[in-house]
Amino acid sequence: MRLSPDEMIFWQHGFLKINATIVFTWGLMLTLAVGSLLITRKLSKELERSRWQNLLEIVVTGMEKQIGDVGLRHPEKYLDFLGTLFLFIASASLCTIIPGYEPPTGSLSTTVALALCVFAAVPLFGIEAQGIGGYLQSYVKPTVIMLPFNIISELSRTLALAVRLFGNMMSGAMIIAILLTITPFIFPVVMTALGLLTGMVQAYIFSILAAVYIAAATRTREGKLEPEAIH
Amino acid sequence: MLIDWFTVGAQALNFLILVWLLRRFLYKPILSAIDAREKRIETELADADAKKAEAQKEREEFHHKNEEFDQQRTALLSQATDEAQAERGRLLDEARKAAEALSSKRQETLRNEAHNLYQAISRRTQQEVFATARKTLADLAGMSLEERIVEVFVRRLHELNGEKKKQLVSALKASPNPVVVRTAFDVTPAQRSSTEGAIKETLGMETQIQFEIAPDLIGGIELITNGQKVGWSIADYLASLEKNVNELLKDTDKPEVKAESKSEKPKSEAKQ
Repeated sequence: MRLSPDEMIFWQHGFLKINATIVFTWGLMLTLAVGSLLITRKLSKELERSRWQNLLEIVVTGMEKQIGDVGLRHPEKYLDFLGTLFLFIASASLCTIIPGYEPPTGSLSTTVALALCVFAAVPLFGIEAQGIGGYLQSYVKPTVIMLPFNIISELSRTLALAVRLFGNMMSGAMIIAILLTITPFIFPVVMTALGLLTGMVQAYIFSILAAVYIAAATRTREGKLEPEAIH
Repeated sequence: MLIDWFTVGAQALNFLILVWLLRRFLYKPILSAIDAREKRIETELADADAKKAEAQKEREEFHHKNEEFDQQRTALLSQATDEAQAERGRLLDEARKAAEALSSKRQETLRNEAHNLYQAISRRTQQEVFATARKTLADLAGMSLEERIVEVFVRRLHELNGEKKKQLVSALKASPNPVVVRTAFDVTPAQRSSTEGAIKETLGMETQIQFEIAPDLIGGIELITNGQKVGWSIADYLASLEKNVNELLKDTDKPEVKAESKSEKPKSEAKQ
């Protein structure tokens, strides 16, 4: 029994290999990119527009609004990163209704890669927002004693991101696989539906957490200024 | 081992590529389309506002013009009405004047005709009476009419009663001019001396007497001094006759005039 689609290897040449995770990811990338291209190729700037364009506009503006609600100013700046996180994870979960498909997010390698991206993006956005000095200073606040704890927190939350997503997606896939062997009727369908729900929730949680981390990194100075403004 | 580090790297790269792809094909076009639409809607709203304002302005302008037009129309109408009234009055006046002129002209003509008729009748009557009287006197007395006239005049002078005589005397005394005796004919010296004698006898005073010939007296003689007159002439009788004839003619004319005047004007001069 496979715990991860990583184990399904199609081609290998020494260190290089192409496994199911990568192939399914490519498939998702292709679907998302080509779908977007097809819909946005003939975008209407008039009041009349196609229902697909309407759907995409709702998705994009909805994500933008969520990012803004988290507290990030200029949400369109973070939309590329956070929006892609959400869309990738959500579509990976959504495709579980396709027989023979295994979500790439059910692989710890993928979730680690995504968590690492967040881990890298947080300081990058933080430095962009308040400079390298300002960003580094946020690690020694409120006191220098907090420095190791801040670093540990940074690492642990990245690990938590990766493992949370992996655990949920993997467990969902595993439960369905086990149920298929025990009760092939009805229950797998119910669990698949539940899996879709948890997949969506996980996509939301992952991207919202990433947004919160970025917001925390970019709002340090603003947070510091706010009390002064109040007083 | 659950983590395959090559896969981790590959997935991270894949994710970054996906970020770029979606940015290129999804976020940018969608956001720019939304922005363009919002801009377009803003422009259209601004346009609509401008048009609305313009329409409002034009509406007010039109309303104003309409009111002006109404006022002008009313003014013109009232002016035209006034002018028509004035013209009507003028035409009526003209017609009335013309009618009056026509009527008065007609009445004048009628009067002239009547007058001419009277004159003709008077002349004829005078002539007839004169001729008749002359013939009658000549036949009866065998003396000329003039002699008889002078006799009558002298008798009248003698017959003057007290009041009339007093007035005549006072008039003669007051007047510096001589007494004038007018006759229709040439008096003979005998007649002249009898007349002068009668005057002097009647008045009881010496006075200068001047004789004049006045053909319009028609066979008569009269004494005139300072507004007082004594005399006898056929003209007197004829005047009386004329008066009677006039009255007779008036009586016969009246109904005709009334009938004519009714058709023209209710208040025409019916007395004529």
